[in-house]
Amino acid sequence: ATITVRDALNQALDEELSRDPRVFVMGEEVARYNGAYKITKGLHDKYGDSRIIDTPITEAGFAGITVGAALMGMRPVCEFMTFNFSMQAIDHIVNSAAKARYMSGGQLGAPIVFRGPNGSAAGVGAQHSQCFAAWYGSVPGLKVLSPFNALDARGLLKAAIRDDNPVVFLENELMYGTAFARTPEFDDVDFTLPIGKANVEREGSHVTVVAHSRAVHTALEAAKLLAEKDGISVEVINLRSIRPLDIPTVIASVKKTNRLVTVEEGWPLFGVGAEIVAQIMESPAFDFLDAPIERITGADIPMPYAKNLEAMAVPQPQNVVNAVKRTLGKL
Amino acid sequence: TVPSAIAIHRPASMPATALAEPSTTVTTSRDELFTFLRTMSLIRRVEIVSDQQYKARMIRGFCHLYSGEEAICTGMEAALDQSRDAMITAYRDHGNHIVRGGSAEEVFAELFGRATGMSKGKGGSMHFYNAKKLFFGGNGIVGAQCPVGAGLAFGAQRLGTGGVSVSCYGDGAANQGQIFEAMNMAALWKLPAIFVCENNQYGMGTSTRRGSADDNYYSRGHYIPGIKVDGMNVLAVKEATRVAREYAVNHGPIVMEMSTYRYSGHSMSDPGVSYRTRDEVQKVREERDPIERLKGIMLEAKAATEADLEAVEKEIKIQVDEALAKALAAPEPEPSQLTADIYVGKYEGTIRMVEKS
Repeated sequence: ATITVRDALNQALDEELSRDPRVFVMGEEVARYNGAYKITKGLHDKYGDSRIIDTPITEAGFAGITVGAALMGMRPVCEFMTFNFSMQAIDHIVNSAAKARYMSGGQLGAPIVFRGPNGSAAGVGAQHSQCFAAWYGSVPGLKVLSPFNALDARGLLKAAIRDDNPVVFLENELMYGTAFARTPEFDDVDFTLPIGKANVEREGSHVTVVAHSRAVHTALEAAKLLAEKDGISVEVINLRSIRPLDIPTVIASVKKTNRLVTVEEGWPLFGVGAEIVAQIMESPAFDFLDAPIERITGADIPMPYAKNLEAMAVPQPQNVVNAVKRTLGKL
Repeated sequence: TVPSAIAIHRPASMPATALAEPSTTVTTSRDELFTFLRTMSLIRRVEIVSDQQYKARMIRGFCHLYSGEEAICTGMEAALDQSRDAMITAYRDHGNHIVRGGSAEEVFAELFGRATGMSKGKGGSMHFYNAKKLFFGGNGIVGAQCPVGAGLAFGAQRLGTGGVSVSCYGDGAANQGQIFEAMNMAALWKLPAIFVCENNQYGMGTSTRRGSADDNYYSRGHYIPGIKVDGMNVLAVKEATRVAREYAVNHGPIVMEMSTYRYSGHSMSDPGVSYRTRDEVQKVREERDPIERLKGIMLEAKAATEADLEAVEKEIKIQVDEALAKALAAPEPEPSQLTADIYVGKYEGTIRMVEKS
């Protein structure tokens, strides 16, 4: 049996709404329309107007409202139709939510999950194709999660809703319809994944490839090609969490493989890969490196619309294959 | 007898009976009048001393003083229920903190960056909070407090507390788009939200006429009612707030525009005379000062003698001097406070310092 990422997210929301009456979902088209991407499908029918709340098109306004509701003791899930629109509301995420606890000397708390699709989509152009992992990942006071598969989606979303801190939850539209194995964890209503823990998706011995979100899929595809054609054994790490960043897991892997490639769909400058490279430089793993670390990232350009150009702007498995081979001196 | 509301805005769609007319007479007591006088005098004195301490370089960064506007938070508080009515404001927050049970010592200690400050010295002038008294700050981003305030009302509505939220913003913030976003949703969902525009005539150095195409702030949320109030008269503020609260609980959002004035510049870096005249400030002080006005009312009603009023002044001065001395003697925050209060509970990662240890 399999389950899609979309259904896993829907199930996680359903269970948490059922578990805690303080939880509610607010956003554009989340209720009667069943969600622009159908993540909230059926929830309005089940929980009604008081728990699944349609807003006007007013991101700054409703993001602020979720912060106020959280300060009063509710547990809001704030859906952005896509994270591109969260820029209208970024002040509330960063200034109103993330810093509330610190500025108040520990008096306030804003347990909110800001969630929605993030990163590059397909054929939607520059304003609708952008990764915010590095943006939100830089902000103290936030936790930032980036699930890859259905299990991540379920375990991390449930953990995020139960967390007492504001959490930015970066989904990926292109992964919503992808099906994964429906393991026993899907039947356990109390299953959560630990925040701040990366997952080794595939064990290997020659090179470590670390990625998040859909780039994990790209990395796994590359690992398969390298194993089949070149006999290269790639260890693939799925970060799952951007902040906190599980550097210990990357360090342990690099100590074993002595080579590291990072893969992300976001922009290269000041990105997730850049941060990993910097932290590995500062860690004991530096002395274990046998080759310079390679970064595979989205191209440093606004996303083009044309299909051929778009493909050149987003990491493909072959890019990862090339980078792995370069670190091994085989290209 | 108090001046009635200066103006009332009733949306065409609103039933005529929904919003009561604020009464032109109010019943008060000698105790209440003295409480008002003490609170307003305390706020005024705290601000005067803050001004001195800022100039003595004891206070860092931004510091926005409330002198001239004391009647607003004082009068509103008298008509609110601290156990369930939430309050949020912008950065000019010393007065709001004091009416929500804050002490002068907590204010000074916070301004001096001391461990005993209301936010442990980590917030500063713009970031006072009192979660237990439902005071949510203390916000440095102009206008952002209004959607958050609407959210406080949303929370109160969904949790069924019977409380309202009061969101204070200035005439400058009134031009931020998110004020209208907040009012729109508050009206759609009938949130028990009171939006309070403290119109002190200037957003920093920009007068209302230069900043607002329509400076009738009480009617700018045209589909929600508004009351324009003399914000320099504590009794008028209390009466209007009583009416507004009743409306908000039963029908949804309402605006109160408080006509007021700030004696100080926008912040300590602004002497406040480049965009207005000294005469203008002096004239307001002489004709509209909220504390002198209250004293006049008390004398006229024979609720107090000149000697009583002087005694209050002396008492407040001593109280503030003692608070100042305690705050000056308070320790700075422990170094461990640097990384405390960033997250609730345990943070699963490590917090990197300036040097990577």
